[in-house]
Amino acid sequence: MSALIFTVKQETAQRVDMSPIVCHLLKGLSLAEIAAIELQNGKRKVRVDTLFDISGDDTQNIVIKNSYAKLDFIAKELQDGTMTMHGEAGAYFGMSMKSGTLIAKGNVGLYAACEMKNGLLTINGNAGDFLGAALPGNKQGMKGGTVLVKGNVGQRAGDHMRRGNMLIEGCAGDYCGSRMIAGTIAVMGTTGRYLGYAMQRGTLLLWQQPKLSATFNDCGSHTLAFLPILFKSFKKLDSKFADASEAFDRVQRYGGDMAEKGRAEVLVKL
Amino acid sequence: MIINGVSIDETFAEAFPMKATRAIITAQNEKWAMISAQAMTGFATSVIACGCEAGIERVLDPSETPDGRPGVSVLIFAMGGKGLAKQLETRAGQCVLTSPTSALFAGIDEGVQIPLGKNLRYFGDGFQTSKKIDGKRYWRIPVMDGEFLTEATTGRVEAVGGGNFLVLAESQPQALAACEAAIIEMKKMPNVIMPFPGGVVRSGSKVGSKYPALGASSNDAFCPTLKGVTKTDLSPEIESVMEIVIDGLTKEDIDKAMRVGIQAVCDLGAENGIKRISAGNYGGKLGPFHFHLQEIMA
Repeated sequence: MSALIFTVKQETAQRVDMSPIVCHLLKGLSLAEIAAIELQNGKRKVRVDTLFDISGDDTQNIVIKNSYAKLDFIAKELQDGTMTMHGEAGAYFGMSMKSGTLIAKGNVGLYAACEMKNGLLTINGNAGDFLGAALPGNKQGMKGGTVLVKGNVGQRAGDHMRRGNMLIEGCAGDYCGSRMIAGTIAVMGTTGRYLGYAMQRGTLLLWQQPKLSATFNDCGSHTLAFLPILFKSFKKLDSKFADASEAFDRVQRYGGDMAEKGRAEVLVKL
Repeated sequence: MIINGVSIDETFAEAFPMKATRAIITAQNEKWAMISAQAMTGFATSVIACGCEAGIERVLDPSETPDGRPGVSVLIFAMGGKGLAKQLETRAGQCVLTSPTSALFAGIDEGVQIPLGKNLRYFGDGFQTSKKIDGKRYWRIPVMDGEFLTEATTGRVEAVGGGNFLVLAESQPQALAACEAAIIEMKKMPNVIMPFPGGVVRSGSKVGSKYPALGASSNDAFCPTLKGVTKTDLSPEIESVMEIVIDGLTKEDIDKAMRVGIQAVCDLGAENGIKRISAGNYGGKLGPFHFHLQEIMA
């Protein structure tokens, strides 16, 4: 079997809801049935074969080629299988993903990995604001799994995050880890202002000294036993996080947000 | 059967089903991992009065431990699941949590999950934090020397307890030397412990007693000072008998440990005063697992 490939014929002026094109929904469908699926494009519906050339037959290994920034909801609620996107992606990339592997070769838009539940989501480019966050009005963001971003991320990464790992090789924007309930966000690059704003529990693991607000208190330098185990869990990733030379167990610990529960921590590499 | 002048009795050891778990203790160095492990497995020679049988399985290289520090693996056996869970938690709380630089991890992933540090976390008084890494939950409990890291649960498996053999010798020093030689070899075997002091028990018991309150009493048939006054199982030249009791995760693990242990005793041979190898056989009243000595040594 060869990967089921969707190649964009021509970019649309309006946004496209890609949520029907996902492994578990296409399972058992013929190419003709897949071609006949209708996608919401702006205020009209269009057939899949109007937007894409389709080839291959493995519905559990989907590739989208020539993707562009108006393709939203790619891999929404993905269950098992692998989806790979070449090019840009719009908003809600991997939203509520349940399991499987999702790879973006380029940049992705707002709310990528929002309310993700499990699986591995890799973004080779940059991610927009609200990575792994809760949707507006909801109380819990990402609840499990691993998000790996090789580029930079926008503001509010991990907003309301509940569980899981968010690994950022690049830099993070303002309000990283805001209102975080629990989980781990690791950032190798710099972080913006208001780091961990209203953070309740969880860990922000940083390679660079951040600008911390007055509501995070210095708890001193420490060697923490869980860090080697955490880094060991990253070894299987295709990432700088798997590099043994990047691992450490000695950190400066800041506790906060004291304006909230104060049970969260910012750990900075020493 | 005679090996190097040592007679192997045509008898069998009886053992019984138990529940078991393994815990891995790590520390800043092997010395402190061992101190913690020794404390955790202390007063755990027999379920008759200790609540569990526990022992150190082996020393672990840093490359074998979850946190990359020197470690020690311990095995704990009990008659029931609830008893095992209670003993594990109590011992973890009093002997590992308290031990400087220690961390505690599950040594068995499969089976029924029982609390390891799951409830110890409350010692953190609200400052404890959890991390779920690769599907396993860990608790980080703030303590005065830094942070105590423990896995939340460990696996409980079916196991076998009470495998044994008796070493019959012409003198007490010779019996002890033979048992020491056996223990050195048996400690190299995985998945087993010899829970008595130094691995050797000199007060082997029989089931029952003339005193109704006691469920077990001295095995008078093997007591050399009673040769003339009880229905003895000893010939005149036997002056001392010592027993090695083995608990293992499976019957096969005990089989292997008994074989290397008996072989080590037999290697000393009759010229070192070792006359017979026998086993605790209670006529099938004790347990369903039978370890036939001659089959094991065949």
